Amino acid sequence: MAMDRSTAAPPPPADTPIRVLVAKPGLDGHDRGAKVVARALRDAGMEVIYTGIRQTPEMIVEAALQEDVDVVGLSSLSGAHLTLFPRVMDGLRARGLGDVIVIAGGIIPAEDAAPLEAAGIRAIFGPGTSTEAIVAWLREAVAERRAART
Amino acid sequence: MADARAPALPAPALPVDAVLAGDRAAIARALTTVERDPAGPLAAALHRHGGKAHVVGVTGVPGAGKSTLVAALIRAWRARGRTVGVLAVDPSSPLSGGAILGDRVRMDAGPLDDGVFIRSMANRGAVGGLALAASSAVRVLDAAGFDVVVVETVGAGQSEVEIADEAHTTVVVVPPGLGDGVQALKAGILEVADVFALNKADLPGADRAAAQIEAMLKLGHALRDPAWLPPVVRTVAPTGDGVDDLVAAVDAHAAHLRAGDGAGWRARERSRAYAELRRLVLARYEAAVFGAGGARPAAIDALVDALVARAIDVAAAAGAAADEAAARARATG
Repeated sequence: MAMDRSTAAPPPPADTPIRVLVAKPGLDGHDRGAKVVARALRDAGMEVIYTGIRQTPEMIVEAALQEDVDVVGLSSLSGAHLTLFPRVMDGLRARGLGDVIVIAGGIIPAEDAAPLEAAGIRAIFGPGTSTEAIVAWLREAVAERRAART
Repeated sequence: MADARAPALPAPALPVDAVLAGDRAAIARALTTVERDPAGPLAAALHRHGGKAHVVGVTGVPGAGKSTLVAALIRAWRARGRTVGVLAVDPSSPLSGGAILGDRVRMDAGPLDDGVFIRSMANRGAVGGLALAASSAVRVLDAAGFDVVVVETVGAGQSEVEIADEAHTTVVVVPPGLGDGVQALKAGILEVADVFALNKADLPGADRAAAQIEAMLKLGHALRDPAWLPPVVRTVAPTGDGVDDLVAAVDAHAAHLRAGDGAGWRARERSRAYAELRRLVLARYEAAVFGAGGARPAAIDALVDALVARAIDVAAAAGAAADEAAARARATG
């Protein structure tokens, strides 16, 4: 026997990759931007759960819970963000997920940023944002969230 | 104690009771915990609470329609009053370690339902990663009380064979039109399938594909269970056609395993336990010899260099690697 018992101690657990739910609430079917972001996050080493188009806020909240994500990314190009995004926030808080980081993208007029941030959306990344900027912001925000949890 | 990871602080209370009570947030967090540490204290504590669920593996080539079929199966099981937990496994990128997990796109169509819990898992390409974490993730959903636990694998590959060690019943999903592809897959697939779902059965070529599978089975290929000839069930997942028949076939397989004194079921339980034990031990030894977390021991690199320089043969290098790992363990232990 070449190896004694202590040789085969369990390997230390690896860190959990950052988990992100990317969802499109509402009725618009334009998911190119969401897919570009999903792919960039994957290439940055994150696990991206992609739920597809036409999600209700309730479905998004339930998926975030089941998948135990750090981040929810909401995309909307339909103009319904002021209605739908706050419903996602309310649902997350109601399920005890108030510390999940929620970010938004798509077509969101500048004047809508304040009410969305008041509802708890942490950051809005509009057209032209570099994926590197999103990745860097997320890494920092998730590191803070995980540090606060332990 | 040999365990070098013994925590300096008292361990936080494990959420065992919350998982057993079916608390969905607790189940979700428990899955994260065992995915990170599949042989850790939570997995250990949940182990004795398992053994009730019927674990069903669903595998097949990419694009066979696995996720859509699982969605249809969820609806059929729920209509029969059974609760369903799903693990949907997708590959991690070997380059970045990240993953896009897209199975929910096709599974989330139903209304919100506390009798269903779907979790996406990346295989994380690590040492024994997929299989070990999947076994313990099944353990969480089993302990949480789901009647059926489905493990949907990544597309075709070695995981097809692994799933047979994870499940009581393995469903292999085959689309028509593979032609010789069915032939190519037969060695692996015939041995692990307990039920075939000939999916997309409304497409041309379905009859031929079903006939091919049935013919291969009747050739007397070495079946895993000589007393069970795997049925071929035709399904059209989006419409639900044939899904009741598929549920009936999966149930019939479970009944077959439990028939008589339940020796078939116990045999599957034994092969599941053996496979998990084997993977865990291999993972430990692999980490001991080749390093964990990307930290490859210098001695291994030196042996690789010696091999390339033809200064050592591979058998001698393997022996040296094992001896060196043992010496390293004695020095640190």
